[in-house]
Amino acid sequence: MSELSVRHLLGIKYLNKNDIELIFETADHFKEVINRSIKKVPTLRDTTIANIFFENSTRTKLSFELAEKRLSADIINFSASQSSVKKGETLIDTVNNILSMKVDMVVMRHSSPGAGIFLAKHVKASIINAGDGAHEHPTQALLDSYSIRERLGEVQGKNVVIVGDILHSRVALSNIFALRLQGANVKVCGPKTLIPKFIETLGVEVETDLVKALEWCDVANMLRVQNERMDISYFPSTREYTQQFGINRKLLEGLNKEIVIMHPGPINRGVEITSDVADSDQSIILDQVENGVAVRMAVIYLLASKIK
Amino acid sequence: MSQKVLLTAKEIHIILHRLACQLLENHLDFSNTVLIGLQPRGIFLADRLTKLLKEEYKVKDIRLGFLDITFYRDDFRRGEKTLQANMTKINFLVEDKNVVFIDDVLYTGRSIRAALTAIQSFGRPSNIELLTLIDRRFSRHLPIQPNYRGRQVDAINDERVKVMWEENDGKDVVYLINK
Repeated sequence: MSELSVRHLLGIKYLNKNDIELIFETADHFKEVINRSIKKVPTLRDTTIANIFFENSTRTKLSFELAEKRLSADIINFSASQSSVKKGETLIDTVNNILSMKVDMVVMRHSSPGAGIFLAKHVKASIINAGDGAHEHPTQALLDSYSIRERLGEVQGKNVVIVGDILHSRVALSNIFALRLQGANVKVCGPKTLIPKFIETLGVEVETDLVKALEWCDVANMLRVQNERMDISYFPSTREYTQQFGINRKLLEGLNKEIVIMHPGPINRGVEITSDVADSDQSIILDQVENGVAVRMAVIYLLASKIK
Repeated sequence: MSQKVLLTAKEIHIILHRLACQLLENHLDFSNTVLIGLQPRGIFLADRLTKLLKEEYKVKDIRLGFLDITFYRDDFRRGEKTLQANMTKINFLVEDKNVVFIDDVLYTGRSIRAALTAIQSFGRPSNIELLTLIDRRFSRHLPIQPNYRGRQVDAINDERVKVMWEENDGKDVVYLINK
């Protein structure tokens, strides 16, 4: 169990349980590093990484960039809005041009599901998927599980409910794969229109009553409603969504136990989660952000060590 | 593969006492000195010496930390395997302190080179010394020598020195293994 079974991180679907354990053990060491007064190690000083973002991102992009800098990698950043993609260049051409500048690793976010997989087949560099459409967002799922492990000791056997827009969420899919792989029990909860058909085949249960879901779970992962991916109306109004699927202090106080609240960000305060819950001790939202850097350092380190 | 005993438990016991006394001679009450055991195999020796200094030589307060050098090594991506890290545990700053690195075997000196870089993340030490149980002579790749050594050994390159500790391996013994 000393190295990853994969050369790229395209999705959690391609990882095994040992890979996840190795990533978490390595992330533990990097978490210690980023809490020192000097937070940098020289490991990747001969590695160049390109961050290619065809879709908007704040947290993920900053987190990857910081992780790369903490590892001393050279980095180049590229966003589609300021590039030749607007002039009609294809994805492979764009990436191959960047790789001609001797880049070893590509971190890519793209709006098309499978973009990372496509790229991995056509270019030599190691690819990390930083979100491909509504498909996967593997590093988010890893940092979510890592944060659960940190708060509750382990992931195995824990009950986790993912609440909200499951249909459009890459975070939900990657989380389902990651949590099931580690032996957690998973339910999804949201408006029926936002829950994909046949999702039970992934080994999860569907619950449409939020209170029942919260009473069952140890951890609730609250997702954002992805209005930008909705071409039709999936529920009558935001107000109605909040009434049925938003969590607030009163709802949590009515439960017979204290549950852990997560959110991948960005938060729509007052929609899926109220401020008093998001900022409470039960919430590990900011721990998720801190752990994101450590987990991404681990992923980059482990993949970079396989580059020949 | 054959192996011969380089040091027995009794010899190790005597050497540990001598090393503890040499440390005492130079650092007296250890008020401005910190001991740093290098992961993964130096931590047992560091633990033993600390215990000895506290229990046998009545030094009241010794600060001991463990330093992992994995992310500072110069052979990243040069071997077949991914280098796996160990836990660093240093709960103090080394700024203006006398630092003593403790490792079981000094061979090429590359680990010590990495440790010299790694320790800077915890401050700027006043000076750094090196203590090692086994010093493999004539095999250095870098100009690094120990300040305190348990036993000097002339081992040729395809021989390996294996240090075993009771708390980890069941007994105290040092072997020279011929591959």
